Amino acid sequence: MASDRIFGLITLITAVAYIAAATQIQTNLFSGQFLPKLFPLLIGAVAAISSLVLIFKPDPDPEWPQSATWLNMAIAVAVLSVYAVLITPLGFILPTMFAAGIISYQIAPNARNATLSGIGLSLLLFALFKYALGLGNIVAYKIPTLASLWDALTILIPFVGGH
Amino acid sequence: MDILSNLALGFSIALSPYTLMLAIIGCFLGTIIGALPGLGPSNGVAILIPITFTLGLDATAALVLMTSVYYGAMYGGRISSILLNIPGDEPALMTTLDGYPMAKAGRAGDALVLSGVASFVGAFLATIGLMLLAPVLARVAFLFGPAEYFALYLLAFCTLGGMASNNQAKSAIAACIGLGIAMIGVDSSSGLPRLTGGNLHLFDGIDFLVAIVGLFAIAEVFFFIESHGKGSAIGVVLDKVRIPWKDIVATRWTMLRASLVGFIAGVLPGAGASLGSFMAYMSEKSIAGEKGGFGTGVAKGVAAPEAGNNSAAGGALVPMLTLGVPGSGTTAVLLALLMTLNITPGPTLFRENPDVVWGLIASLLIANIVLLLMNVPMVKIFVKVLTVPAWVLLPGVTMISFVGIYSLSGSYFDLLLMIGFGVLGYFLRKLDVPTVPVILGILLGGNMEDALRRAMTLSDGDATYLFSSWIAIGLWVAAFAGFIAPMFLRNLLKKPQAVTD
Repeated sequence: MASDRIFGLITLITAVAYIAAATQIQTNLFSGQFLPKLFPLLIGAVAAISSLVLIFKPDPDPEWPQSATWLNMAIAVAVLSVYAVLITPLGFILPTMFAAGIISYQIAPNARNATLSGIGLSLLLFALFKYALGLGNIVAYKIPTLASLWDALTILIPFVGGH
Repeated sequence: MDILSNLALGFSIALSPYTLMLAIIGCFLGTIIGALPGLGPSNGVAILIPITFTLGLDATAALVLMTSVYYGAMYGGRISSILLNIPGDEPALMTTLDGYPMAKAGRAGDALVLSGVASFVGAFLATIGLMLLAPVLARVAFLFGPAEYFALYLLAFCTLGGMASNNQAKSAIAACIGLGIAMIGVDSSSGLPRLTGGNLHLFDGIDFLVAIVGLFAIAEVFFFIESHGKGSAIGVVLDKVRIPWKDIVATRWTMLRASLVGFIAGVLPGAGASLGSFMAYMSEKSIAGEKGGFGTGVAKGVAAPEAGNNSAAGGALVPMLTLGVPGSGTTAVLLALLMTLNITPGPTLFRENPDVVWGLIASLLIANIVLLLMNVPMVKIFVKVLTVPAWVLLPGVTMISFVGIYSLSGSYFDLLLMIGFGVLGYFLRKLDVPTVPVILGILLGGNMEDALRRAMTLSDGDATYLFSSWIAIGLWVAAFAGFIAPMFLRNLLKKPQAVTD
């Protein structure tokens, strides 16, 4: 019950914000005054109505995971995000080793298996992409500088990085 | 005889040693992808698209490879259904009902071979149906103007929402999420950015591949973290594999009927393979009656859903190729592939790119035969694949997804967006909100809006133009019926639950 209501509320707020944003869409002579806004407005309206239906007629709650599992998932999201920004300055092998290892540990907490899959996967996939598929330009390894590392990590800090 | 000469053209394209090799590789990969729990056809095809793209394969080669993967995954889905009682993908759910009891009774090998043959029959007949029906529908599609197309897209969302989900409001929200995302980016007519929030990364819009891989593959990681990798295979035993001729002969009519039912379900826009296998199983169950013993591990109960499922997969290609409206989640992903290759599906595809269409159809036939030959003797190898533990498989899949998406634009932004879609996908699926309408929305949003805009421009803003032809009115009626009817039928058509130990 509560989960669906919260979800409905979030989508309702998003839909209203979307409608508000749609009314502000810039137009010019080529597009006409109204056409670029029409479809986004319709989408927003349908979404808003459906959200209201959901708020008033929610389904039973799903079984949410335990708090420890939430922590595991949050760690996974954080690790993947750091991986996403570090793959450019650091290249493929080193970030993949850590990311794959940590994700593996979050799925099955066994340090030996996680280490092995981290090392194994990074080297295996590197070999696969570089030698078998010829995608060496994507999985190249790089020597980072402190500045490039810092630049990459600031992307994740809101309002600071990201170009 | 048109069909035969077209088919000859198709085979002349698809039957070179190189493409044959690609078909074999694709079938092998596809079967593995389908067999692994948590890696269905949609995931598998989605992850492989950017990589195929980066490999620089030409359109025909890429199509052959990916359709082989697609059909292969449809075949492979049954392996984990039968041996582990875990459907590798949603359509394979119905196969668990009789396949798993059959495996428990010590007939795992028989069930695997029988379902392989049923898959072959279903897919083969569907491909023939596709050859016959698609050109006809393509001719009808020439009558479609913008008003009809708008109604058709609406129909796809409505039937998808009505049949594939348990709550219409939720699937409507899902469709709106997808359509809303599709609007982001530079508007084609004014050249001005829309709904980007001033973020330069969003000016190009959001690539549907980022959304697909995020929603399907990355979300899966969170589900495995939640379940701590339980449900992966431990100690699968498979006795000697023989060909159960007796069962195959006994189920021949079942296979044919199920193929027909599945094909029809597949052709309906938005309905797809899940409905195909469901309808095939239920109709065979009612034909067999009480003493048919469905649900206790009978051969017909294995053959029917597999034939239906694979036939629906082929049938779903009909609306996808002729109208540009996919009939299932996986065909939506295939549509994404075509769009990545710069091929626009629709009625003109048959006239302007006959080589692509008939090459695709020929490669489907080739893939199908390769799969049958591969699946019967090599089933033991695929069973071995099931024993790959989740703590290796999921990190591997994640890393391959990252490489694929990174290869699209080389930007961290797409990767972060993909993680965001992964988190979104987890919550949506947890809340029983279907994710396929999201994908469909992102894929079709631009076209749907185009149709609406052209209709409005033609009619000078008169909304009644949308209902100005009988085809359009028929589509609107079908859309409303498809959306509303399941609310009343839901109690009648209750999905059977999977057997539990």
